[in-house]
Amino acid sequence: MSEPVLEVRGVTKSFGDREVLRGIDLSVAEHESVALIGASGSGKSTLLRCVDLLEDIDDGDILLDGEVITDPSVDPVAVRRRFGLVFQAFNLFPHLNVLENVELGIVRAHGVESQEAGTTARAILARFGLEGRESDRPSELSGGQQQRVAIARAFATRPRAMLLDEVTSALDPELVGEVLGAVRELKAEGVTMLLATHEMSFAREVADRVGFLHEGRLIEVGTAEQVLGSPKQAPTQRFLRRLLEAGRL
Amino acid sequence: MEGRAEDLPGPGGRGAERAAARRRRDRRGVTIAAVSTVVVLGGLAALVLTSSGWPDVRDTFFSWSVFKSSFPEVLGGFWLDVKLFLIIEMAVLALGLVVALVRTSRPAAMFPLRIIAAVYTDVFRGVPTILLVYLIGFGIPALGYFDNESVFVDPLVLGGIALALSYGAYVAEVYRAGVNSVPPGQRDAALAVGLTETQAVRHVILPQAVRRVGPPLLNDFIALQKDVALVSILGPQEAFRIAQIEQASDFNYTPLLAAALLYLAVTLPLARVLDRWDRGQSGRAV
Repeated sequence: MSEPVLEVRGVTKSFGDREVLRGIDLSVAEHESVALIGASGSGKSTLLRCVDLLEDIDDGDILLDGEVITDPSVDPVAVRRRFGLVFQAFNLFPHLNVLENVELGIVRAHGVESQEAGTTARAILARFGLEGRESDRPSELSGGQQQRVAIARAFATRPRAMLLDEVTSALDPELVGEVLGAVRELKAEGVTMLLATHEMSFAREVADRVGFLHEGRLIEVGTAEQVLGSPKQAPTQRFLRRLLEAGRL
Repeated sequence: MEGRAEDLPGPGGRGAERAAARRRRDRRGVTIAAVSTVVVLGGLAALVLTSSGWPDVRDTFFSWSVFKSSFPEVLGGFWLDVKLFLIIEMAVLALGLVVALVRTSRPAAMFPLRIIAAVYTDVFRGVPTILLVYLIGFGIPALGYFDNESVFVDPLVLGGIALALSYGAYVAEVYRAGVNSVPPGQRDAALAVGLTETQAVRHVILPQAVRRVGPPLLNDFIALQKDVALVSILGPQEAFRIAQIEQASDFNYTPLLAAALLYLAVTLPLARVLDRWDRGQSGRAV
């Protein structure tokens, strides 16, 4: 098997006295998509933020294409340019219109000349069904449209891996589908992905592997079939049983 | 339930009734507001106008002939206020921004500068502006470093520096509040698309911060516009100073009123701009 795109080795992270990640080991291969599931507060978002170097890790290493990116000598800005991170709360720039939201990183971070960036941004927006909304402000869009803009913004520069942090959790139920459609599109294109999600059926559909996080530990990793269908660990079983009872499975 | 439904009038009937009730309520509100305004203002006017000293007060503060004769001179001085105000305001905006950016910066290397910026805002906001005008306006020339030709003994320059330092501290705090009010997710998103910290501030955080603090900034503009008169302590003949001189010549205070009207002529439009801005902002979703 070829070298993994993303590798997490023994990563720990605390906020004050609270240990959020307690030794995470995980790798994501080229074109693979790995879904992280687990209760709120289990560390899913923190892990994604650590990978994108928005949080400093306490111990362990994170590697991108075999290179340690968590070394203090590595420029975090250059690393972040190789990832595409999508947030639960969209975090679009409210003072910029849709097109400018997508262009900003292409122009300022990747040094693409503005006319070319405009072409790239328009094309990517069209792919996610946002043609004609280029000059709208984010506040004029529905939540589903905003999140699709955010996905377009993160994907516009063709990152090595996409990091999706509960991209549907802030949406009204009827808007979840369109955003999942956008992620499905990424999957179909073979984009390497690490995603945190609450949508089990979705994890089953797009994830090649599923990891269950419990109190900062990745206690079970396997195919979606294995982890969601016949979980071995007691906490995983409890978690899935609760979802089943809540009608969310 | 079926019995109740028959009690309801047909579609439209109820709506017309409600609209009529609303109109009655609105009319009553307007009437009450008008009557109470007339009573309160009329009462105050009566209190002043029927007082035993009113004729004297009228002659010393509201003399039309004195107003007419002093107004051109005061107006001439007022242009100096306007010029000073515009120049000082530019300096204040620049200084405030720099101080705010230093105070909200994150790198450890900036720590000494953060301390200096914090001390600056604390001290210069805490000291009365008039004291700063005295201290800088009279103190710096007294040091003897500058000869009489130097701009650093020019009272206009020194007064301007004093006001800029004082208001720069207020405006820095306004900017800082604006920067801190931008949600942390914005910085995260800016970094996530690959911007550097500086680019994130420049392209994402500052534009949003400045939009949020427009009204309080304008508020400080209005205050500065009035405080420009403090420069007169150092000698320059701006509107307030000229009005004082006129007043002293014949013991009539009307010239000061003329100066006040000129200040109002600038601050009132600014205040209305501020109101409109506020309304525009609150009408928006974000």
